[in-house]
Amino acid sequence: MSKAIGLEVSLAIAEAVKQANVDVISAYPITPQTHIVEELSVYVANGELDAEYIPVESEHSAMSAAIGSSAAGARSYTATAAQGLAYMHETLFIASGMRLPIVMTVANRSLSAPISIWNDHSDIMAERDIGWVQLFGENGQEAYELSIMAFKIAEDHRVLLPVCVNIDGFILTHMIEPVTFIDQARIDEFLPPFKPALTLNPEKPVTMGPVGVPEVYTESRKQCEQALWRSHKVVREVFDEWYKKFDHEYKLIEKNGDLQGKTLFVTMGSQGETTMNAVENLQSQGESVGQVRIRLWRPFPREEFLEAIKGADRIIVIDRALSLGAYSGPVAQEILALLYSQEIRPRVYNIIAGLGGRDVTVNDFKEMYAQALKDSLDPNYTIWGVCSDAK
Amino acid sequence: MLNSSALENLEKITQKNMPKEDMISPGHRACQGCAEVLALAMVMRVAGPNTIVANATGCMEIITSPFPQTAWKIPWMHVAFNNTSAVAAGIEAGIKALERKGRIPAKKPNVIAVGGDGATFDIGLQALSGALERGHNFVYVCLDNEAYMNTGVQRSSATPLGAMTTTSPVGSKFQGQQTWKKDMPGIAAAHNIPYVATANPGFHLDLMNKVKKALTVEGPAYLHIYSACPTGWRSKPEKSIEISKLAVQTNIFPLYEIVHGKLTITKNIKKPKPVVEYLKTQRRFAHLKEPDLQFIQEQTDAYLARLQKLEADSASS
Repeated sequence: MSKAIGLEVSLAIAEAVKQANVDVISAYPITPQTHIVEELSVYVANGELDAEYIPVESEHSAMSAAIGSSAAGARSYTATAAQGLAYMHETLFIASGMRLPIVMTVANRSLSAPISIWNDHSDIMAERDIGWVQLFGENGQEAYELSIMAFKIAEDHRVLLPVCVNIDGFILTHMIEPVTFIDQARIDEFLPPFKPALTLNPEKPVTMGPVGVPEVYTESRKQCEQALWRSHKVVREVFDEWYKKFDHEYKLIEKNGDLQGKTLFVTMGSQGETTMNAVENLQSQGESVGQVRIRLWRPFPREEFLEAIKGADRIIVIDRALSLGAYSGPVAQEILALLYSQEIRPRVYNIIAGLGGRDVTVNDFKEMYAQALKDSLDPNYTIWGVCSDAK
Repeated sequence: MLNSSALENLEKITQKNMPKEDMISPGHRACQGCAEVLALAMVMRVAGPNTIVANATGCMEIITSPFPQTAWKIPWMHVAFNNTSAVAAGIEAGIKALERKGRIPAKKPNVIAVGGDGATFDIGLQALSGALERGHNFVYVCLDNEAYMNTGVQRSSATPLGAMTTTSPVGSKFQGQQTWKKDMPGIAAAHNIPYVATANPGFHLDLMNKVKKALTVEGPAYLHIYSACPTGWRSKPEKSIEISKLAVQTNIFPLYEIVHGKLTITKNIKKPKPVVEYLKTQRRFAHLKEPDLQFIQEQTDAYLARLQKLEADSASS
């Protein structure tokens, strides 16, 4: 392993995709994802990466072309954000339903209207049910490493599903961070070339995407879901192998601060790093507080999550998206549903914070903690930083 | 991009050497008298087994692939309605990369995208335009039956003026389709691709030879195939080929090709029949009155004159 260099995270992701030796990249420009695919187009233009770069005319076609190339047996990659992800919507279900191990970076960004190029999770939260493995990175090193691991997870024959790596737009994608690259030879050893199960091959003709009559539609969807559940174990195995080979440990659910803390923050994505500072700060003041970070969002690691929050009196779930018309944000909905069957349940506070790139500071998290302790937060959810009587 | 000598030296398909092996099995679920599946089968006979097909949602997709059955003897993929050209582009790029990297044998399979008029003129136009512009080596086949037949005969921008559909009904205020058919082959040709042609299963040798040319040129080719639909057109199933021939004989659907920008009318009709003879074969036009018929005749003549001018300009350039 070489020394860490300071690099924009988008370029570190492009390096990961290059090292994964992808065969086809199809992409359409959208902020804040563009730097990744710009860099990849340069690699292809310079012959540093032997791949086809398809500069498609829309995100819908970006995913459609990736579906075609993956079905042809090619390792396929794309990246998008916000409106682009929403524009792909129907094809995202098809990619997983057809069991195509495409890898996509989502540079998380808010959805219109009003138009906003800045970071939150409303794009991916609108795509929770697409049947993809969904990972969240928190910093530059993780963005690089998860982008390589994503191919290994996707292409495992127990899984054969697309994987998206969520990276917070701007806050991560455009940040210059220290990143340590791994030698190509060691990546090649970790990630052999893609061996597809079925391809569009005239020597062995297959029909892909037939009509799912009522007698088989449910079975077909169930198979897809079973593959997604199986990926839970595969993600863990890939994380373990990565740790053994490269000495950097990943868990499906990460934990920091007071592991037995009475109050736990639940976060996802880069905002968790700010929360960490707040937790350390509160701990130093003698507070019994910790933090649980969700790295694998789909399939949701139920057992690991329940284990992580065991013994806590209250959890403060931070959502970075609104679920309009529901009684909590999407992550809190997930957790509340999970807790209902548990005999001992912590009190759940849900805070929706950092929409559309709004900064959430260490002091904000400390204030959330104080209010949770006083039980002065809304019993359903609180949209942080806006006038509450507007509700 | 165009290897024009390759086209000139191409062995012509004749009645004698016509490829007879079907890539689409019988027993599929097309309606009686469907000339669309007939045309599709002709395309695939010429393409042969070394072919990969991307098929848009529509009649041809539905009738050939109800799981666990399939009519396809060649690799075939359906993804969605609007993106077939992008899927084909991905397939083409994937094969290209894998062959170059030596991961699969270099057999250069044909990549063919198939869509109906809705998938081509309307919802898939953007993806088609993108794939044509980027120069992927594939053939796009538009099987034009002039409305959304699969969903129950709704109008598309390919529906001819005056035609009755379920969304261009015959009312008391207006009757049938209110707009002239979009010039889709013209739009394809505007992308400066090496090969564009119109074809019709009523003229099967002309159609098959055009498929062969489309597959031979390097880069994108666009084939626009007239596809009679008895169900949607309210015509007699046994008359589909007759109607197909009438479409050409009346100049409603002229047969031409555009090779590297040069247009040639491939079937000149010496004594065109009046369009009314074509229109009266289909009940979708039954409500049309004399002034409508006259207008359609005038527009048909004007369109042919435009093609003839393009042909003359091509010859002199």
